[in-house]
Amino acid sequence: MTRWATLAIAALCCVSANASEYVSLPGGRFESVLPQGPVPTVSTPVDVKPFRMRNVPVTLAEFESFVNAHPQWRRGSAPALYADARYLLDWSTPTAAGASRLPASPVINVSWFAAAAYCESEDARLPTWIEWEYAAAADESRTDARSDPAWRRRILAWYERPSAAQLDAVGSAPNAYGISDLHGLVWEWVDDFNALFIAGDSRTQGDPDLLKFCGSGALNIIDRDSYAVLMRIALLSSLNGADTTGTLGFRCVKPG
Amino acid sequence: MTRRATLRALAAAACVPLLARAAVSVPEDSIYQLPATLVDQDGRRFELSSLRGTPLLFSMFYTSCAMVCPMIFETIEATRKALRASGQGAINVLMLSFDPARDTVEALKKTALAHGCDEHWTLARAEDATVRKVAAVMGVQYRKLSNGEFNHSTLIDVLDRSGRVVAKSGKLGSVDPVLVKAAKHAATVEG
Repeated sequence: MTRWATLAIAALCCVSANASEYVSLPGGRFESVLPQGPVPTVSTPVDVKPFRMRNVPVTLAEFESFVNAHPQWRRGSAPALYADARYLLDWSTPTAAGASRLPASPVINVSWFAAAAYCESEDARLPTWIEWEYAAAADESRTDARSDPAWRRRILAWYERPSAAQLDAVGSAPNAYGISDLHGLVWEWVDDFNALFIAGDSRTQGDPDLLKFCGSGALNIIDRDSYAVLMRIALLSSLNGADTTGTLGFRCVKPG
Repeated sequence: MTRRATLRALAAAACVPLLARAAVSVPEDSIYQLPATLVDQDGRRFELSSLRGTPLLFSMFYTSCAMVCPMIFETIEATRKALRASGQGAINVLMLSFDPARDTVEALKKTALAHGCDEHWTLARAEDATVRKVAAVMGVQYRKLSNGEFNHSTLIDVLDRSGRVVAKSGKLGSVDPVLVKAAKHAATVEG
């Protein structure tokens, strides 16, 4: 009995040590790698409003609590419209990831709909692409380290690393905003994943100059050296809302 | 009433609750699973799932779009005409706006009048988060640009009575036989 109580307390300690918090980001003028203006080849900086972001991705333990409280989001219960056949398939049961998994590692194999529902359950939402890109532009000491080739190499090195058998726990060294794991652990859903398209159907429907404003879909990358960010865009643009993958997790944001 | 007829009548009566229950459940790949409140061009609020029961042509647009969006209206109207010509006219149209900030009820109404939309057309707006979700279930991609215009993929979908997507087409300017065939089939089967 005592031993079980001790274990329970130890478990609580671990969870609270990894508990996420929402960190304030000031926002401001930001230049995305995605063109935000009408001319796809010209960079148009946009204003990012202040927002608060989870400092770490949502963990397995957190998502277990969520599906326990919301049975409609359990594997086998979520309708096909919202989740494909691989949804949470890495879990040992519909309500538990299993003893072989680190509870503080990020949840993966979740669909956009499930991720959005989780965020809604804590009065939050998924970040927009711009919010995510803005937060992820920072390294440990600078809010925008994107022009530093050394930092770019560090991020790219993650992609060269063979994938580990088991994902690490969340909570690596935070960036200048106090946010961890934007690079190096998992890829993340964004609210407007279906805004990151590379080729639009309308482009072939006649005069491309006339169609530019209404669905040219031409995704011109402003900064072609940001390979790591471009890979994210390529992945997200290829997904449907019900898709799940073993490398894709999420975090949530709230208004500033 | 003969005994056999009585039995048949009883059996028929017993079937009614079963059918009623079946009518309430929505297939798990139906877009009517999605809770989504929309507002039409007459300012009426309605649930997406209330469109269940009649086949549907679906697309997304925004009223200030000058080029592609008018072509969507024309293509859908031509598709309806082809359906009527084949004797299967029973289909509704739902056009959902990407642009709730500018597409007020008045703007939707004006567009509906400009395109001569009849009572089978619903031009709708919804909150941003709802638009994003409907687009996600329909596989539509869109992005708002800094000048207020939108980049978007253009698709016309046919949904059966239960809200399952049975055909998709990116073809504009002329009728896609794939849509007509699917809509004809959707009109003839119960859902």
